[in-house]
Amino acid sequence: MTEDTNARIDQIVKKDDVVLFMKGSPLFPQCGFSSRAVAILDHLNVTYESVDVLQDQGVRQGIKSYSDWPTIPQLYVKGEFVGGSDIMMEMYESGELAELFKASAPST
Amino acid sequence: MPMAADEIEAMIRAGIPDATVEITDLAGDGDHYAARVVSPSFAGMNRVKQHKAVYEALGGRMGGVLHALQLTTAAS
Repeated sequence: MTEDTNARIDQIVKKDDVVLFMKGSPLFPQCGFSSRAVAILDHLNVTYESVDVLQDQGVRQGIKSYSDWPTIPQLYVKGEFVGGSDIMMEMYESGELAELFKASAPST
Repeated sequence: MPMAADEIEAMIRAGIPDATVEITDLAGDGDHYAARVVSPSFAGMNRVKQHKAVYEALGGRMGGVLHALQLTTAAS
């Protein structure tokens, strides 16, 4: 991964509170795992930024070394890597994910 | 080339010797699996670290030949 891609990913990850790297878009996910990740976030009514890695080969490969995680989707909250869709599902079922979003919601 | 269930299990057990591994072939096509890996060595590790330990045992196949492996992990 080039320094450039790494810096670009870092910027994306830190720009928004909740960022999902996925294949396709939330409306048209291109993979079952990405679709599951979107469904979980939508169900929790979370506002998030999504990045379609299929549109950017640099990011598609780079995000895997950025987090040292071999698969997509990848969820980031407040700049921290949370996990892939399996971890999201476990955390959703246990209520931890809702807690995490509650804790990181901007105070108004 | 997809991987066989017993090959996945053998690799995980080779990397994490005390692990109990259950593999389910989700679609019956030898390509979509669910794995549940329980290992006392996961104690004190968060989920990301537990999953990474399993991916490491799979030696880089995850996301490559193994693109559809649903994973759950636990310490006990």
